[in-house]
Amino acid sequence: MEKIFNLQQLINGIQLGSIYALIALGYTMVYGIVRLINFAHGDFFMIGAYASYFIILFATLRGYHIPVVIIFLISMGAGAGAAVLANRIAYKPLRYKPRLSALITAIGVSMFIEYIFSALPVIGPSYRSFPNEQFIESKIFTIGTTTISNYAIIDVLVSAGLMIFLTYLVKYTRVGMAMRAVSQDKDAAKLMGIDIEKIITITFIVGGAFAGAAGLLTGVSYPRIFPYMGILPGLKAFIAAVLGGIGNIPGAMLGSYIMGISETFATSYRSLLGEGIAFAILILVLLFRPQGLLGETIAEKV
Amino acid sequence: MLKRLSLVVLVMVLFFGLISFSTGCKPKEQAVEEIKIGGVGPVSGEAATFGVSTREGEELAIEEWNAKGGVLGKKIKLVFEDDKGDPAEAATVYTKLIDQDKVVGIVGTVMSKCSLAGAPIAQAKGVPMISPTSTNPKVTEVGDYIFRACFIDPFQGTVGANFAYNILGVKKAGCVFDIGNDYTKGLSEFFRDQFVKLGGQIVGFESHPTGATDFKAQLTNLIKAGAELIYISDYYNDAGLIMKQARELGFKGYFLGGDGWDSPKLVEIGGQAVEGGFFTNHFSKDDQRPEVQEFVKKYKEKFNHDPDALAALAYDAMNIMITAIKNAGSTDGAKIRDAMKNIQFNAVSGLITFDANRNPIKSAVIIEIKNGQQVYKTTVNP
Repeated sequence: MEKIFNLQQLINGIQLGSIYALIALGYTMVYGIVRLINFAHGDFFMIGAYASYFIILFATLRGYHIPVVIIFLISMGAGAGAAVLANRIAYKPLRYKPRLSALITAIGVSMFIEYIFSALPVIGPSYRSFPNEQFIESKIFTIGTTTISNYAIIDVLVSAGLMIFLTYLVKYTRVGMAMRAVSQDKDAAKLMGIDIEKIITITFIVGGAFAGAAGLLTGVSYPRIFPYMGILPGLKAFIAAVLGGIGNIPGAMLGSYIMGISETFATSYRSLLGEGIAFAILILVLLFRPQGLLGETIAEKV
Repeated sequence: MLKRLSLVVLVMVLFFGLISFSTGCKPKEQAVEEIKIGGVGPVSGEAATFGVSTREGEELAIEEWNAKGGVLGKKIKLVFEDDKGDPAEAATVYTKLIDQDKVVGIVGTVMSKCSLAGAPIAQAKGVPMISPTSTNPKVTEVGDYIFRACFIDPFQGTVGANFAYNILGVKKAGCVFDIGNDYTKGLSEFFRDQFVKLGGQIVGFESHPTGATDFKAQLTNLIKAGAELIYISDYYNDAGLIMKQARELGFKGYFLGGDGWDSPKLVEIGGQAVEGGFFTNHFSKDDQRPEVQEFVKKYKEKFNHDPDALAALAYDAMNIMITAIKNAGSTDGAKIRDAMKNIQFNAVSGLITFDANRNPIKSAVIIEIKNGQQVYKTTVNP
C-alpha cells in the first residue's frame, strides 16, 4: 500500500495538477465562449515561459533587481498578447464559418508558433536552462519523511490565487456576467447590448495570461524550456478540461487535479503507466460520461 | 479581401525572411578536386551541445590534414548535417549525404538511437561509417561497414557498477532512464546486471517517457525504497533535472551516470544538485598524456573553450577515417573498410585497435563534478 499511496506522491501530484489547471482554464474558457478548441493554447504557455526567461536573464546580466510580481505580470502579459493576436489574426475572420475550419486553423497556429520559434535565431530549437535560482532561490522543507520545495508551494499558491480571482471575475463582476451570457446564447447576448467581440477578446486575454503564468511556474519548477514544451502539457490540460466538462470552470480545476494526481500515482505504481493514464482516462470519460464530470447535457433545440 | 491578402503576404515574407536570416547564405560549391567526408551530429534538440562539439572536433581534424596537403593528393571537405537527435531525421541526412553529396565515408552520429537508424543505410550502400560516441552494442552489429571510436555500454555500465560498489561502498542503488532511448535503457541494464552480480541490491528500476519533465513519482519511489545511489543513464538535459528534483525530494546519497552527462549544460540545469556527482567518460582534459595535452591546446586555440569527450572522440573518429583512406590508397568503400579493420591508432582517447566486432578496446575515466567543474578522478582499464 505504501508503494501506491503516500503523502509525498500526493504532493507531487498536486503540484503537477496545479500547472495543468492553469492551462486547462484557458482551454475551457475559450471553448465555453467561442466553442473553439484552441490548440495553440499550449504555445501561449511556452511563450510565457520564454518571456520570463529573457526578462530574468536580462535582469541578471544588467544586475537589476526586478520584483517577482513584475516578472509574473510580464509572462502573463506575453501569454495574453499572443492569445489576443492569434484571435485577431486567425480566429476572428473564421468566427461564423464552419467550426472545423477554426479547429484546423488552431492546429495551424500552434505549429506556426512552434516552428517560427525554432527558426528564430534568438530562441532556436534547443533546450535552454531556465534561471530559476535567479528568480527565487530554492528552499526545501522536511516534515518527517516528506519533503516539499518552495517551488511546489509557489505553484500551488499561485494557481489557487489565480483560480479564486477567476471565479470572482466570472461570478461577481459585470464582465463575468457578460461572459456567462455570451456562453449561453450569443444572439440573445447581442440583443442585450453586449459587445461580443470585446468579451471574446477579454476571454482570450484571461486565458492567455493564465497560460503565461503556468509557463513561468513550469520554468521555475522544471527548469528546462524549449519551443515544443507546450505540446504535451497542453494536450493533458485539454484532456483535464474534457474530463471536468469542457466549458465548465470548476470542472477544469477538478479535472486537472485528478489528472496530475492519477498520473503521479500511476507512474509510481509502474513507471510506464504514467503517460498512458491521461489518455485512458479520456477514453473512459468519453464512453461513460461524454459531458464530463461537472458538465451539463444541453438538449440541442432544432 | 485585399487587406487580408496583404496580411497573408506580410506574414509569409516575415516567416521566410526569418528562416533565411537564421540559416544565412551558403556559398556556391567550388569545382575543385576534393574528397568529401560526411559528418552527422545533433546540433539542435535534446543533446545540442553534443552535436556542436562533434562538429568542432571533426573540423579541427580536417583542418590539420588539409594543412599537411590533404589525403591522396586531394583536399578534404566536411559535409556536416544535423540529425536533431531524431532517428527519422538521421535516416534522412544519411541518405542525403550518400546519394546527393557522394561522401566517401561518414563520421557520425552521436546518439545510439540515431546511429541505429543511419547505420543500415550506410551498410546497404557500402559506405564506411564510424560513430564517434554511440556506445550501444547494437550499432556495430548492423554490419561490417560500421565502426565506432568509443567503448561500449556493457563496459561502461560495468565500470560504473564496480565504482559504486567497490569504491563508494554503496549496497543499494536505483536506476532512472529514458524508455524511448536505446542508449539509456541499455546502459541502465548493464549497470543493474553488474551491480547485482557484485552482491548489491537494485531497489528500483524506473523508466520515464522521452521528453518528460517531472520525475518526482519515480524518484520518490527510489528514495522510499532506501536507495543510497541513483544511477542516471540519461543525457545531461534530463540528468540535470532528475538530480535537481531528487535533491528537492530530500535525497542525500550519490549520483552516478554515463558519458551522456558530458556537457557544460549539466551544471547549468542541475545547479547545486549535481555537485559531487560522478560519471564514466571517454576522456578527461586533465589527463597528462601528451596526445591529450596537444589536442586540448590546439582545440582551445581554434575554438576558445575546452574540449569535451564528444569533441575528442569526433577528432579521433575523423582521424581514423582519413588514415584509413590514406592506408587504403583509394576512396572505394570496401577498401576503406578493410584498411580501417587493421588500423592501429594512437588517438587522443587512447590507443585504438578494433576487435572482431569493430569495437575499439580502450579504457574509461571517472569524472567528478566539483565546484561546477569536471575533475578527473581515475582511469579504469578494461
